Amino acid sequence: MNPRITLAIAARVLTQLRRDHRTLAIMLVLPCLLISLLWWMFEDLPGDSFDRLGPGLLAMFPFIVMFLVTSVTTLRERSGGTLERLLAMPMGKLDFLFGYAIAFGLVAAVQSAAAVALSVGLLDLTIEGPVWLLTVVAVADAVLGSALGLFVSAFAQTEFQAVQFMPALVIPQILLCGLFVPRAVLPDVLNVVSDVLPLSYAVDAMAHLTRSTTTSDVWADLAVVAAYAVAGLALGAGTLRRRSE
Amino acid sequence: MMKNAVEVAGLTVVRGRREVLHGLDFTIPAGQVTGLLGPSGCGKSTLMRTLVGVQAGVTGTVTVLGEPAGSPVLRHRIGYVTQAPSVYDDLSVAENLAFFARVLGVDRRETRQVIEAVDLVDHADQVVGRLSGGQRSRASLAVALLGSPSLLVLDEPTVGLDPVLREDLWAMFHRLADGGVAVLVSSHVMDEAERCDRLLLMRDGVFIADGTPTEIKEKAGLDRAADIEQAFLTIVRGEAA
Ligand SMILES: Nc1ncnc2c1ncn2[C@@H]1O[C@H](COP(=O)(O)OP(=O)(O)O)[C@@H](O)[C@H]1O
Ligand SMILES: [Mg+2]
Repeated sequence: MNPRITLAIAARVLTQLRRDHRTLAIMLVLPCLLISLLWWMFEDLPGDSFDRLGPGLLAMFPFIVMFLVTSVTTLRERSGGTLERLLAMPMGKLDFLFGYAIAFGLVAAVQSAAAVALSVGLLDLTIEGPVWLLTVVAVADAVLGSALGLFVSAFAQTEFQAVQFMPALVIPQILLCGLFVPRAVLPDVLNVVSDVLPLSYAVDAMAHLTRSTTTSDVWADLAVVAAYAVAGLALGAGTLRRRSE
Repeated sequence: MMKNAVEVAGLTVVRGRREVLHGLDFTIPAGQVTGLLGPSGCGKSTLMRTLVGVQAGVTGTVTVLGEPAGSPVLRHRIGYVTQAPSVYDDLSVAENLAFFARVLGVDRRETRQVIEAVDLVDHADQVVGRLSGGQRSRASLAVALLGSPSLLVLDEPTVGLDPVLREDLWAMFHRLADGGVAVLVSSHVMDEAERCDRLLLMRDGVFIADGTPTEIKEKAGLDRAADIEQAFLTIVRGEAA
């Protein structure tokens, strides 16, 4: 691994994103709009539904968006020949992986900073814990989404196929992460399944930060998310072969 | 200087379950433009990928610039153009080159020179996705020229280019070869054969001829005025008979 190359890749990915206004809007603006929509839906209802659902959304968006964007962009690199070219150059696999992780981690930081500012500042989401930690969770979550997206891109031939992994790998995590039904009251089997899905931990961490000022549970959840992200990156590295068929 | 940039003995490549290259022996000299010609599907790209070190399923000895193909030290010394233009469509020509220059650790000023070499100065700030097919493949070629590689492996770099431009590119390949670079250029059309110093004619994963254009025509029993396509046909029919 070579920092010059890693940073070159991160900078290049960011330039590409900047060029693509629609994707940038999807990454940065759409989460804010959806959170506002959710807040509006519950506005006339009694209770604190927005406080209950908001943190889950803050955890979901970085994950989903980064999963989609990474799976499609790395698929393009694989099918367009640029990955083959880079692998024939003095680029290490880790340069490629971390380059992407850094670029998308940065975007995720901006994204969640915007979403958090909106939720807390304008929509009155109550957050007891430190707000910066919320952003840290979002970044870990984004890196996790990137890592998974990178991994699945190895199994898709077209961008359409890449997007198809979303219902298979992402939606079950959304359903079981505690957003719809608290994880504790899920049927036993589903509870166990939700225990092995990484998004559950990200949502737990976010929910904890809204309720409590203690952070040790958050760090534990964060460690789980980070471990999954590292495992995802390792799997992704396994799919980057210098020599291919 | 090294005489042969590439030395290959008993090269066999299996892709999927099929053997695609069947026990090839050949050399590629430094300082010459070597043409790898043969119909589509005969194994040209597979051979080039092997030299660059990105092909799996390789047996035999493949020595490139004195090292086994695929050695990390070679990654700075080979310029490779894949068959599809491998540049980023959403970046400009200049941005693409700046990126690859950073990956290679090459001085940024060199990007200017290679853009000039492929005649894209007027399009340097244009996004690659909006260029014509020929301009895109030249952008891809420019990347391969970065860092003054000792071996250039160019997979069908002149396909679909306008004849004037092709002329310019072949002149450039020869200039590079005169400077000591080993240039390997593939093509599935035979009409560029005469521009090469030396030819490797390939069919179904074996070489049917190896030599200068004149030597190959002589081997086929044709005179100098004949073209390589005729020689190719004569040799193939002679082997079949
Ligand atoms: N990824 C692959 N997996 C399996 N076989 C392949 C693959 N790519 C090419 N081939 C086969 O290898 C043979 C040689 O292909 P290639 O080297 O691309 O030929 P050329 O470049 O001369 O057109 C062809 O028969 C092709 O079908
Ligand atoms: Mg080919």
